[in-house]
Amino acid sequence: MQFMLLFSRQGKLRLQKWYVPLSDKEKKKITRELVQTVLARKPKMCSFLEWRDLKIVYKRYASLYFCCAIEDQDNELITLEIIHRYVELLDKYFGSVCELDIIFNFEKAYFILDEFLLGGEAQETSKKNVLKAIEQADLLQEVRALATA
Amino acid sequence: HLPSLRVQVLIRTIRTARTQAEEREMIQKECAAIRSSFREEDNTYRCRNVAKLLYMHMLGYPAHFGQLECLKLIASQKFTDKRIGYLGAMLLLDERQDVHLLMTNCIKNDLNHSTQYVQGLSLCTLGCMGSSEMCRDLAGEVEKLLKTSNSYLRKKAALCAVHVIRKVPELMEMFLPATKNLLSEKNHGVLHTSVVLLTEMCERSPDMLSHFRKLVPQLVRILKNLIMSGYSPEHDVSGISDPFLQVRILRLLRILGKGDDDSSEAMNDILAQVATNTETSKNVGNAILYETVLTIMDIKSESGLRVLAINILGRFLLNNDKNIRYVALTSLLKTVQTDHNAVQRHRSTIVDCLKDLDVSIKRRAMELSFALVNGNNIRGMMKELLYFLDSCDPDFKADCASGIFLAAEKYAPSKRWHIDTVMRVLTTAGSYVRDDSVPNLIQLITNSVEMHAYTVQRLYKALLDDISQQPLVQVASWCIGEYGDLLVSGQCEEEEPIQVSEDEVLDVLEGLLVSNLSTPVTRAYSLTAIMKLSTRFSSVNRIKKVVSIYGSSIDVELQQRAVEYNALFKKYDHMRPALLERMPIMEKTATNGPTDIAQTNGETDSTILDTKHLPSITHPARRCNYHICFCLAGIPPMTAYNKNGLKIEFTFERSNPSPNIAVITIHATNSTEADMTEFVFQAAVPKTFQLQLLSPSSNVVPALNQGSVTQVIRVLNPQKQQLRMRIKLTYTHKGSPVQDLAEVNNFPPQSWQ
Repeated sequence: MQFMLLFSRQGKLRLQKWYVPLSDKEKKKITRELVQTVLARKPKMCSFLEWRDLKIVYKRYASLYFCCAIEDQDNELITLEIIHRYVELLDKYFGSVCELDIIFNFEKAYFILDEFLLGGEAQETSKKNVLKAIEQADLLQEVRALATA
Repeated sequence: HLPSLRVQVLIRTIRTARTQAEEREMIQKECAAIRSSFREEDNTYRCRNVAKLLYMHMLGYPAHFGQLECLKLIASQKFTDKRIGYLGAMLLLDERQDVHLLMTNCIKNDLNHSTQYVQGLSLCTLGCMGSSEMCRDLAGEVEKLLKTSNSYLRKKAALCAVHVIRKVPELMEMFLPATKNLLSEKNHGVLHTSVVLLTEMCERSPDMLSHFRKLVPQLVRILKNLIMSGYSPEHDVSGISDPFLQVRILRLLRILGKGDDDSSEAMNDILAQVATNTETSKNVGNAILYETVLTIMDIKSESGLRVLAINILGRFLLNNDKNIRYVALTSLLKTVQTDHNAVQRHRSTIVDCLKDLDVSIKRRAMELSFALVNGNNIRGMMKELLYFLDSCDPDFKADCASGIFLAAEKYAPSKRWHIDTVMRVLTTAGSYVRDDSVPNLIQLITNSVEMHAYTVQRLYKALLDDISQQPLVQVASWCIGEYGDLLVSGQCEEEEPIQVSEDEVLDVLEGLLVSNLSTPVTRAYSLTAIMKLSTRFSSVNRIKKVVSIYGSSIDVELQQRAVEYNALFKKYDHMRPALLERMPIMEKTATNGPTDIAQTNGETDSTILDTKHLPSITHPARRCNYHICFCLAGIPPMTAYNKNGLKIEFTFERSNPSPNIAVITIHATNSTEADMTEFVFQAAVPKTFQLQLLSPSSNVVPALNQGSVTQVIRVLNPQKQQLRMRIKLTYTHKGSPVQDLAEVNNFPPQSWQ
């Protein structure tokens, strides 16, 4: 996966995770174009589209679009499952997640994503293990100072 | 109180802004406060402030002044600080800025931290955005962690290693020892990331690939266990055990089995098992089947297995889920060349997909359909494709029309069928047909001698219905000009001949001249057609009148033609029948590649346009032939220079298989009373072009327009830029040398677009 974007139906960015090095300007340009393209799609269209030399996999959950850019050899159908798994994780963590949760707790959304994917690939395929790790890390935030190495 | 609470207050406040300006004001105010706080080196609120900055950054506001603060957070001993610090680094820093290198030491320390969640943060950051320098510095630490027994860290180290290898491929070797027992892990996270790492290494190095082939039996075993084992709640997705791992194993098997008989054989059974036993009711099962099909098609599988794979794709085509249909068509398109017969069996399902609602599915179905057309199914397929052409999106029409023409040319069962098909395309999608189809179709029609009467009749009838579609109108005009005599004499055998008079035909052609719907090119075609009819019809006077009227047309191209045709009537009437006689059968023009620009052989041009072999003088009427013939290329001629009695016109021929080359013929004429001798034409073009000048027909431009000097220029224009030229003319006139320079900027767009 090269990047993942979450945005609302009005095109507002809620999360951006980039796994390839690009300048801020390039990221903004790509985001703008892609958001426009995906929002223009009709409901009857499939979840995949070709964009530049990438494959775009997107799915809408309530008011949020989850949009991933994958490479030619990547499996589109399993990417849909990756997106779904991430939504499930958010749902379990926030308890019936909605867009507002992700707006007000955006850093948590990133932490969860970073326990699920690393460098664009899944690092953990067990839902339970991802949530457990997040839970433990959250607890660690309560600790005053960490023991040094 | 937790830092994030204050952040949430800010978020809430910003969201109350009713306008962009109001939001910007709030943000600026907050940024100013944050900046001062940073300046004060406030440790307590640094984390909170960076978090707020990250939110504002997501809204699109600049946050670079927070970069160093992220580094300070990473160096802190509070976990909250590190979490936000690393997140900030991943969002705000990038490897182009030297600042990121300051992270290296912190990351190194954190990779060795006693708390695994801290190690996890640093592994994640390194694996997400580590630059080549950082990767070089820290590869050793990653390799160490790859060997740990802590599966939480091991899985992260594996993906981090993947990133390191992508950034610094030379470092791949150092990770080899650590891969030794990666697949013996029970932990699915480690297994998954290990398979990803192994895949990356095999893709990058043939040596690694050979080395890891021995893992095939182990991979097969793991996959088998996943399928056969009972319900495992931890990894279950809709009844399937760890589909993510299954898919990655299948992909690695594909790489290992490709081109290798033994490996392919070793995985044959498991592939068949997965292909037949996987639940297809949900997307997750189909994702596995999809990957399985890709693997079967890429390795050296038995034919039975290949047929099984194609049949799976065939079933996918019938799936209600459009995503499944989409991947099926994409995969079939990849295999249609190698497994043509197997794909043919699903032809009718593929053709049904032409009626799908999704644009991407329709496009793939169309491409696949064209790939499946052959001599046996041409009639049936063409019916479907023509129906598709009628109803498809305008975006598709051009490609579909071109595809139909190509297929018809290859497999037409009869000339009549071919002409009918062409007619159908022109009448239903006539305005979308590509410009280069017009000369190709004219050639087709010319060469179908026995169909001339039928073709001209059908085209004439089409014109009566609709004159808006330019390619149709151009082909029709050309045909009527050539075969108008057959039209009025009612010689059609293929269908009931229509009764039409010469005047009615001329009415139609003249109608094209005056219609607002006609483009200048179309007008040129119809004027020439009318002129040709002067040797086929008896109403010569009417034609003379039309031609003379257009002698003063504001359209310069039309005017030029009309003036020449007028001259044909007045001065060279004895040549008119010969000049305007039926076109002979044309040789197919051979392809001109960009390398041909070096050749001086003009044989690739159609014989009529082979200007090198033309006599140099005494046939001014020959110029008419150029004008008739340029109609074939569809690009109007232009006057490049006209001064002191020397006029230089450019006529164009487009090298259609290689539209980057424009072939221009210059025609120099001299209206003064004295010859222009030692005439030399030179041309220069801007840097992005290349130019080749062939030898001129002569170097004397005879007086009083009694002849012309012609010369062929070839211009290579790979960047399709607007054509411009500077020309230099030198000659001797009445004993004195004359020299002139001029810019030629009025090239018609069709000559370079």
